Amino acid sequence: MRAKTFPHGIHPFEFKELTAEKPLEPLPPPEKVFIPLLQHFGSPAEPLVNKGDEVALGQKIGEGKTLFSASVHASVSGKVLAVDHHLHPGGNPVPTVTVANDGEDRLVSLEKQDEDPFSLTPEEIRQKVKEAGIVGLGGAAFPTAVKLTPPQDKPIDTIIINGCECEPMLTADYRLMLEYPEDILKGGEIVRLATGAKRLIVGIENNKLSAFETLKKYAQNFKTEIALLKTKYPQGAEKNLIFALLQREVPRGGLPFDVGIVVQNVGTAKAIWDAMSQGIPLYQRAITVSGSGINEPKNLLVRIGTPFKDIVEFCGGLKNGADMLIMGGPMMGISQWSLDVPLIKGTSGILAWDSSPHALEYACISCSRCVRHCPMCLVPTQLMKFVKYENFSAAENWGILDCVECGSCQYVCPAKIPLVHWIRLGKNKVISLKRKKSA
Amino acid sequence: MPDKDISFILQSSPHLREKDSVPKIMYSVIISLLPAVFASLYFFRIRAVILLSCCIAASLLTEALVLWLRKMPLHSLGDGSAIITGLLLAMTLPPSLPLELAVIGAVVAIGIGKQVFGGLGHNIFNPALVGRAFLQTAFPVAMTAWIPPAMIKVNTATFATPLGNLKFQDAIVQGTLTPFKELFWGNVGGCLGETSSLALLLGGFYLLFRRSIDWRIPLGIILSLSIFTGIFWLANPEKYASPLFHLLAGGLMIGAFFMATDMVTSPITPLGAWIYALGIGAVVGIIRLFGGFPEGVMYSILFMNAFVPLLNRYTRPRILGERGKK
Repeated sequence: MRAKTFPHGIHPFEFKELTAEKPLEPLPPPEKVFIPLLQHFGSPAEPLVNKGDEVALGQKIGEGKTLFSASVHASVSGKVLAVDHHLHPGGNPVPTVTVANDGEDRLVSLEKQDEDPFSLTPEEIRQKVKEAGIVGLGGAAFPTAVKLTPPQDKPIDTIIINGCECEPMLTADYRLMLEYPEDILKGGEIVRLATGAKRLIVGIENNKLSAFETLKKYAQNFKTEIALLKTKYPQGAEKNLIFALLQREVPRGGLPFDVGIVVQNVGTAKAIWDAMSQGIPLYQRAITVSGSGINEPKNLLVRIGTPFKDIVEFCGGLKNGADMLIMGGPMMGISQWSLDVPLIKGTSGILAWDSSPHALEYACISCSRCVRHCPMCLVPTQLMKFVKYENFSAAENWGILDCVECGSCQYVCPAKIPLVHWIRLGKNKVISLKRKKSA
Repeated sequence: MPDKDISFILQSSPHLREKDSVPKIMYSVIISLLPAVFASLYFFRIRAVILLSCCIAASLLTEALVLWLRKMPLHSLGDGSAIITGLLLAMTLPPSLPLELAVIGAVVAIGIGKQVFGGLGHNIFNPALVGRAFLQTAFPVAMTAWIPPAMIKVNTATFATPLGNLKFQDAIVQGTLTPFKELFWGNVGGCLGETSSLALLLGGFYLLFRRSIDWRIPLGIILSLSIFTGIFWLANPEKYASPLFHLLAGGLMIGAFFMATDMVTSPITPLGAWIYALGIGAVVGIIRLFGGFPEGVMYSILFMNAFVPLLNRYTRPRILGERGKK
């Protein structure tokens, strides 16, 4: 079978061997968890508890009231210490529930799950997914219930389970596929039922052959296709993955819905199955702690709200000289200034290393490498120039809003220009100008 | 565990970068020119040594002087781009050119061809060709006086390049057209570094292999010149030389692989690169077949350089998702 892929993209060093063979290990619950009520783009959940309340593991402590907000649940049992603002890996402090762990892990009394999950109606599935606070675990943390609610006029024919994990260094999804293949496939099947799709495809890059073999073995019991993809970054980006697997192009400014597709990450699929089969809400997730600045790189199952400090300490602490701390992957992750930030639902990894000396920036020499590598077929250097000279209408015409900020252009740029930085700035300007116009 | 007030570096993603850099690209171009440099040393001996060192030194000095005048940091001297300009200029000069003229060419190339526009990355025209065009216009006699390579012993005071021979001495009718073998090895008259197609191809393939240059540009130029000259050759082989002759003779190879592919002055979009390359090939063909000069590579590249900003503007690639309907 020929491995499929998409045009352009890059081949960064993978560094996955640091953790690829390390099984997922549960991190002992920390003394205190800090659970942000806002863990994604959208509006914060409303707190359901007050200072001094006792909460049980899995108890809902924040209710997602609006469409683009997700409920949050206690990830330990114990006493609520505070409901106030706390540091957040996104950069700004957000409303956060702090819980002191009593060490008992008293589980909230779960609803009885005597029904066969596969006989649930789509509406029931959506309700349970929303109730369990499930969001996309690939990194963007988009509320999953929204993704399971396609508009009436857009029939869904295919579900893609994203097992690409194209970011270098991260291996948590790979471990999930090896250790919980059945849960992932069942979760995918639930997504298929919820959306009425016919096909279910799991896309895996060919640098994770054993995950491919494992899922292939289990997939025989399901009507699932397991597709092998040629390893390339950013294969896991929704639009590129859809193109690689089905040669369909998500229209500019559109969503996978528009071409009849829903994409879910493997971690999300597992979380969906956990919620369906046992009623377990999303209170922990798989992450990779890696990089040359971590003493013992590991794959972990971590409770949401665990401070980075506890996680890093469990992995032997930081090496001397480690001055880069990243949440997420090295290509799209967010750099952190403090170890006090808590793990959120969108945290796919914690990475640390010592930064290389600052590279000298040159003027653009028009080498066109960014053009040759942009997976969205944009012209990053031109966008950079438009933003620099404040020609925002031209930037919009040249597709600045189509940029997914994968960082491929900046990765290959020999002049070391912070292209993504310029493009982000431009996107903000273009969007605010558009808002002004429509207002 | 390090102490609590450890400070982390904050930066926007991505946090990884490839090792390649502007100086590395520039030095790879210099390496790719080495076969042609050795060929020029072999064919033109001491003249080559003098001309090459003179042009490179003058380029570096001019670059340093202008950077100092502009109060710019001098570290960009080390990026290798001024060396390339000097090297390429020397390669396109007649071996017998007086040294003071070569120095003038280098000063014009760096000063007017490059620094006036704002230095590396900002110039519109290929700097080495700007220098050469200036010399060609200002000193036409010195720029068209040719000496034979060291291997050929001739008594005549004047010696013609293969293209000059073709244009002004009816070489096809006389049967004195330079054989392909000589053109390929480079044992002919011509500019310092343009004579040996073999050496230039070696360097060109190194650049292609390293992906330092866009393959569309040399391929497009070769295709377009072959088709253009091929049509006339097929129609009247008594009058017109074959496409292969045109590819191997004169500055086509050095132009296609080293001049037209200059990143700064060539388009960044794939379609733009095709139009640019096909245009160069066609203009070379027109000048060689119907123009007053035997050779037209320099002018055709400068001519198409002028279109590059326009080409970039009107050849935006199709964005992923533009085909689909929303």
